[in-house]
Amino acid sequence: MASLKELRSRISSVKSTQKITSAMKMVAAAKLRRAQEQVEASRPYADRMARMLGSLAGSVQGSNGPKLLTGTGKDDVHLLIVATADRGLCGGFNSSIVRDARKHIEQLKSEGKTVKIICVGRKGRDQLRRQHGNDILETVEGVTKPRPTFDKAHAIAQDVLNRFDQGEFDVCTLFYARFKSAISQIVTRQQLVPFDEEHSANLEAAEEEAQAEKQAGFVYDYEPDEEEILKELLPRNLAVQIYKAILENNASENGARMTAMDNATRNAEEMIKDLTLVYNRTRQAEITKELIEIISAKEAM
Amino acid sequence: MEKTQFELVSPEQLLHSGEVAMVVVPGAEGDFGVLPRHAPMISTVRPGVISVYEENRSMVSRRIFVGGGFAEVTQERCTVLADSVEAFDEIDRGATERALKDAREDLEDAKNEIEKTEAAKQVNVLEEKLRALETF
Repeated sequence: MASLKELRSRISSVKSTQKITSAMKMVAAAKLRRAQEQVEASRPYADRMARMLGSLAGSVQGSNGPKLLTGTGKDDVHLLIVATADRGLCGGFNSSIVRDARKHIEQLKSEGKTVKIICVGRKGRDQLRRQHGNDILETVEGVTKPRPTFDKAHAIAQDVLNRFDQGEFDVCTLFYARFKSAISQIVTRQQLVPFDEEHSANLEAAEEEAQAEKQAGFVYDYEPDEEEILKELLPRNLAVQIYKAILENNASENGARMTAMDNATRNAEEMIKDLTLVYNRTRQAEITKELIEIISAKEAM
Repeated sequence: MEKTQFELVSPEQLLHSGEVAMVVVPGAEGDFGVLPRHAPMISTVRPGVISVYEENRSMVSRRIFVGGGFAEVTQERCTVLADSVEAFDEIDRGATERALKDAREDLEDAKNEIEKTEAAKQVNVLEEKLRALETF
């Protein structure tokens, strides 16, 4: 049995751990709220853009559209953008994204395709480095510091576009965790290049709306023309999608951290209770023992 | 007076949403004014100033500088997706001039075609911003 002194120091160490976890929980909760607000604020732009793309993509069918829309006609080289957090201590958040990405990588490799990776967030790189270190082209860190901005997403998109223009890849897929609630984040795979109509959020609804508008005798004039607009709209859309992923990820990360830290705080509470019980029992036993010693010593005299 | 719905959104936020009498947007092929029941169109937007006429068609109630983007016009509404947005009154001439100087240097230092176009775009946006200050 541990001595009283050892028990006391155990208890105080668990207590200070609990203080840290509960502080982290509170910080995560505050950050989560801000992150959620940012997600909300970015939604109108993404929705309107989806609506425009919906009406444009419908009108430029065929193979003469921009490559970002139709693809290169091959799917030999895949570029994966794996968006994770920079920091840990947020439950299974990072691991679950990386797990899905890894599954995808292995599947692609078994089909004999080439895989290239861009990591957004340090934790993703740390976990992928061991197995797929040679495939990682680049790591972007600190996208959420001090807060996510569109410029940072734009820079990543620019890099991806440059690589696409130079023919470095054929298909581009983005991995991130969509925020559903503080306890539930859904790992999401989204194809960015070629532009995938099915997986693009809200696009179907947008297209239907565009269709309905068309039937109502609604035909858009395009200035300058469809292709010119698409040529600008598609790269823009890429940046918007990456920005959205970063924002969703940021909310998910803080949600996951909040839940994880809440659990940790509760576990610490329980541990303190158990340890205090043992401590008191030991103390009581010691006192009883000493009393018996005194009494029996007295009797022997 | 008949009004049309006008929305100005940047990737980071919804900046303006409401009924307006008229709005003038700097389209890629020239400025265009949007009145209620405008013919549907989609256009690219060049860097410039959007003028919002909220109450009537003779008085500008708000000017906003946008660094390019897209506009969608339908009979009932006009939506502008702007790359970057700045309220016209808040433009700081000194800061803009400094930024323009930096951007021009970037343009000279640009190592490849992509950096060059990116820097040229930046220079263009800033020049337009200064021109807007002169004009209004």
